[in-house]
Amino acid sequence: MNRSLRPLVATALIFAIAYALAVMQFPSMFSTRVLGNFLTDNAFLGIAAVGMTFVILSGGIDLSVGAVIGFTGVLVAVLISWAGMHPLFAFAIAILVAGGFGATMGLAIHYLQVPAFIVTLAGMFLARGAASVITRDSVPINHDFYGWISDLMIRLPGGGRLSFIGLTMVAIFIIGALIAHRTKFGSYVYALGGNPVSASLMGVPVARTTVAIYALSSVLAAISGIVFSLYTSAGYPLAAVGVELDAISAVVIGGTLLTGGYGFVLGTFIGVMLLGLVQTYIIFDGSLSSWWTKIVIGILLFLFIVLQRLIFVASAPGEKAAKA
Amino acid sequence: MIRRSLVKLANPQLLALVGVLLINWLLFPNFFRVTWQDGRFFGSLIDVLNRGAPVAILAIGMVGVIATKGVDLSVGAVMAVAGAVAATMVVAGYPAPIAVVAALTVGLLCGLWNGVLVAILDIQPIIATLVLMVAGRGIAQLITEGFIVTFTDPTLVYIGTGSFLGFPMAAVIALVLAIVVTLIVRRTAIGLFIEAVGVNRAAASLAGIRSRMLLLLVYSLSGFCAAIAGIIVAGDIRGADANNAGLWLELDAILAVVIGGTSLLGGRFSVPLAVIGALIIQAMNTGILVSGFPPEFNLIVKAGLIFIVLVIQSPLASRLAPARLRPATKGAAK
Repeated sequence: MNRSLRPLVATALIFAIAYALAVMQFPSMFSTRVLGNFLTDNAFLGIAAVGMTFVILSGGIDLSVGAVIGFTGVLVAVLISWAGMHPLFAFAIAILVAGGFGATMGLAIHYLQVPAFIVTLAGMFLARGAASVITRDSVPINHDFYGWISDLMIRLPGGGRLSFIGLTMVAIFIIGALIAHRTKFGSYVYALGGNPVSASLMGVPVARTTVAIYALSSVLAAISGIVFSLYTSAGYPLAAVGVELDAISAVVIGGTLLTGGYGFVLGTFIGVMLLGLVQTYIIFDGSLSSWWTKIVIGILLFLFIVLQRLIFVASAPGEKAAKA
Repeated sequence: MIRRSLVKLANPQLLALVGVLLINWLLFPNFFRVTWQDGRFFGSLIDVLNRGAPVAILAIGMVGVIATKGVDLSVGAVMAVAGAVAATMVVAGYPAPIAVVAALTVGLLCGLWNGVLVAILDIQPIIATLVLMVAGRGIAQLITEGFIVTFTDPTLVYIGTGSFLGFPMAAVIALVLAIVVTLIVRRTAIGLFIEAVGVNRAAASLAGIRSRMLLLLVYSLSGFCAAIAGIIVAGDIRGADANNAGLWLELDAILAVVIGGTSLLGGRFSVPLAVIGALIIQAMNTGILVSGFPPEFNLIVKAGLIFIVLVIQSPLASRLAPARLRPATKGAAK
């Protein structure tokens, strides 16, 4: 078997074992209903995590994701409920705004030569602040289109439902995987994450790729915000606080190397499902408090980071010199 | 000699602080009025010192970490853990000094844990400290069992809200800590070693600096400072709130350090300027509050501030205006 697939297999195995253990304790967890809800409940996280995968693959980080989700939700809600726009038109505007926002962050990261995390931190403040300036309250969305979309679902035997937003997430994961592994842009992203200097010497358009990566991440965050507004039928400026951390955790647990250059979009999908499993298990158990979610995610994060170190410590001795 | 210290005083950070305070004064004419009441000073200026103290204390710990090319995202969560430990222990009947020492020890251990991940396991600092950032609030809630633990212990409340010689206790602690840490890093070679590791860890190790020990030290200090800030915040509200204590303060602390002229790429750093950075942030917060803007406006102003600082620090700017900006940053390093 291909050696580079090992972390992916490890994640998949851990998910399978964890799910089997959970099912042994609560047999009702093994149903199409629970599995369908896995997709629906984690749709917005999954979509944001696809964007985060690209960013981390390129060796960067995007802390603005949660804020962009909140901002998009508010923008869409205000455009629909206050300005009376058709939702599809509002979605297009939100995606364009987010694309411009991400591209600006990419420009700043490349041309100012500053670490991505501080630029996206400023982006986080800006998006969260802008959302709160538009409105400080939750804006409900009552539009026929929203009702129509939430009724759009595939019923599965056993009472399960594949909702529109769950399927959207799956589709975005497939498209993301194709972009990452089958296009020129995808190989640029990997090259940048491997070593930006040699990537640029090889002729990778570093500026263009950096801008595109952060624009892509923000656009996916905007789509995630739209999905979140479909999920909650409202826009709230403080929605999705801390989702960037969940997305980063999902990417890391999915086996993507934090220093960039190595990883799989599909791994992120398993990472998201694993986070969803932890949450569902804690809800099923009932006696465990929700703060255990954070501790378990922290422990998982730690385990996978150490695992990555162990696997890659032999294969990348020159990594430090390259970074400096 | 006098001229040199005058030039040192005229650094951009101090000018920015004076500028923000003057803007506040224009918006709110009573801004500089300080009154004496009940044995302590009152006024907006004192309020800036008091409210800015936790971020200043975090920044004192953070500056060393950032100087080694790292970052500590977990300080907010460590604040929550330390506050939870102190509050739970006094409620359980332990004397306050023991509770404080225990909370400080826990903070130190949290910092040490981060240090081990970064120095021994060679994990990227952002990610290494992310683990504790995510798990820390969960641990804090585990300690408080999900409740907001309230207490009336006079010693802890004094740390949060008391006054010393008329000045708020929090500000006094921040000042003492800033002086002690500055003396340690500038009167010994430790500061130089930290800068050497930040500029090039491999070269520093080859030159005989024990970079692992040093990284453990700076992350432990950061955890320790976070614990102090956590105790102050808990004492201030007379309770430990695992969810909200220190929420987003790690970002303010990083911002304070960056405003203080320390580069995120490691190397030169300055503890006093980081403290001034924290005061600038707090002066802006207070200014926005007293001038009646919604507090959310703060976030946008902060984003703008980060952007301005990044543009000034970037290689692009120093290429465009080398003569004007370089001496300023050099002065900041001394």
